[in-house]
Amino acid sequence: MNVINIKNISKTYIMGEEEVRALRDVSIHINRGEYVAIMGPSGSGKSTLMNMIGCLDTPTSGLYEFNGVNVSEMDDNDLAKIRNKEIGFVFQTFNLLPRSTALQNVELPLVYAGVSAAERKERAIQSLTHVKLADRMSHKPNELSGGQRQRVAIARALVTKPSIILADEPTGNLDSKTGVEIMALFEELHQQGNTIILVTHEEDIAAHAHRIIRVRDGEVEKDEKIK
Amino acid sequence: MKIIDFFRETKEGLVISFQSIRANKMRSALTMLGIIIGIVSVTLMGTAIQGLSQAFNDNMEKIGTNVLYIQKFKWFSDEDWWKIRNRKDLTMEHFKIIERQATLVKEITPMTFNRISMKNGSRTVENIIVIGANEKYGEVLNAYTETGRFFTQPESDGGRPVVVLGSEIAENLFPNEYPIDKNVKIGTSTFRVIGVLEKKGSFLGQNLDDRVVIPINSFFGKFGTPRFGIQIYAKVLETKYMDDAKEEIRGILRKARNVKPDEEDDFGINQQEQVIETFNQIGGVVGGIGLFITALSLFVGAIGVMNIMFVSVTERTKEIGIRKAIGAKRSTILFQFLVEAATLSLFGGIIGVIISYPLSLIIDQVLPTSMPIPVVILALFISIMVGVVSGFLPANRASKLDPVEALRYE
Repeated sequence: MNVINIKNISKTYIMGEEEVRALRDVSIHINRGEYVAIMGPSGSGKSTLMNMIGCLDTPTSGLYEFNGVNVSEMDDNDLAKIRNKEIGFVFQTFNLLPRSTALQNVELPLVYAGVSAAERKERAIQSLTHVKLADRMSHKPNELSGGQRQRVAIARALVTKPSIILADEPTGNLDSKTGVEIMALFEELHQQGNTIILVTHEEDIAAHAHRIIRVRDGEVEKDEKIK
Repeated sequence: MKIIDFFRETKEGLVISFQSIRANKMRSALTMLGIIIGIVSVTLMGTAIQGLSQAFNDNMEKIGTNVLYIQKFKWFSDEDWWKIRNRKDLTMEHFKIIERQATLVKEITPMTFNRISMKNGSRTVENIIVIGANEKYGEVLNAYTETGRFFTQPESDGGRPVVVLGSEIAENLFPNEYPIDKNVKIGTSTFRVIGVLEKKGSFLGQNLDDRVVIPINSFFGKFGTPRFGIQIYAKVLETKYMDDAKEEIRGILRKARNVKPDEEDDFGINQQEQVIETFNQIGGVVGGIGLFITALSLFVGAIGVMNIMFVSVTERTKEIGIRKAIGAKRSTILFQFLVEAATLSLFGGIIGVIISYPLSLIIDQVLPTSMPIPVVILALFISIMVGVVSGFLPANRASKLDPVEALRYE
């Protein structure tokens, strides 16, 4: 079954006087359990596509169904709910809250989901254990290494048991050794049945995925299974 | 469900605001200072106003609130002077008619006065208010004797040369002597001191202790009938009969003075309520202006809160983006910043109240008041409201940030 069903979506921005067509008539279908990389050089529209998939933005035209639900015309509140429950974000710059501990950061999506404090804590600890950071949960982000921060971010993404994990250049701010560890973690999560969408411009990172969608000039250039 | 959400979001908002206040101690302290100054001035002004009105009412109580003052003119009247200047004086005849006919009156006394000098040997006091009244004067005006006694009805009717001294006059004329049964001179006439009144203090700048009371018939005998006639003071049975008693006396007097049915009263029946009303009107205006001026400082504090919240929202754009990306709704972000602004200014309010409490004790030295609890509660409520109102625009801006833009912000 399709988790993501994108049909002919376009996105147009107005930049000053100029119209910028960031996406033109893009169609993508992603099944549950897939491990997909979205590739493209900067300016290709891959970030716009990622924002679309992550429900951070809505298309100018076209249809986007998430788990069979049309999200292309949802309002801000409903989009926030989808992001909260269905999508786990992992960012290049980790995007942890600096004044909160690892545990509090991981708990945050559950706070917004309205989960009780006790259950929140239990699930956050579980999630941190999953990424092998249970012993660091009372540390603040600036007391953690880059790799550890990214693992906290992954724990935060996993804690709501989302339908997809959407990772935007997750190794971009890490040294190559740590990058390899993080990619191994993604592979492990995929083995456990998670749907992973990786946005990157690096070939060797994209090579970890099982399918690569190449985007150029706002269009899908190539969509191929590699494993 | 909604209520649970509200508590959860308030709790989260509080946690976040404590973090933020702790992270920016200096900035938060300076912002609070504006609120503190505002709350201190508003609560002190509130306390002072309350004290002033308390002082006034206490003094009113001293004289008694259930007394009708029947006089030639009405207090605070807006009648034209030329219409009323030819009114007939009130006379002892009128007094006797009212005394005989009024049923709702407990005690009644005629009253007249003049300013005359008094002497005890070589000691002289100038310009004393010498009051002529009957034996009921003390009971009507709650003026009781501290030592000695008041004059009796036979003494009053017979115009005996006896006098009851106000406490201050007694001190001045008899600094080291027991005054009772001593003779004093009022003008050129000799009177025997039979009592000294309790100390009453002053009221509206008028000293109530620098007067003496003699029987009204002695007054007429020695000093003649005063040019403006007499006044009549009547104590009503109970406060609840004030209006009825007033009507009753009005009817009696209109008949006694031959006022035709289509004519207006040619006399005034006054009561303290008029003074209280007038005072409260003036006091309300003055207090309102005072509070408004002090509220301006609170307003300045509110602008400080708004300013700092705008700074805070801009600084935390990225944080807002993160929160939105992982599922915070607009309303959640709005609420978070509102709670933060309210917390900041509530802290200011609490500190303000703590500071103004000892200051209010200084006011207490002058006016009979302490900081009223409602003022405290109101001050805290106002500081929360100041936070919410001044936090609204910044919080609204935060809630409307586009998550994509906000995440990109460095």
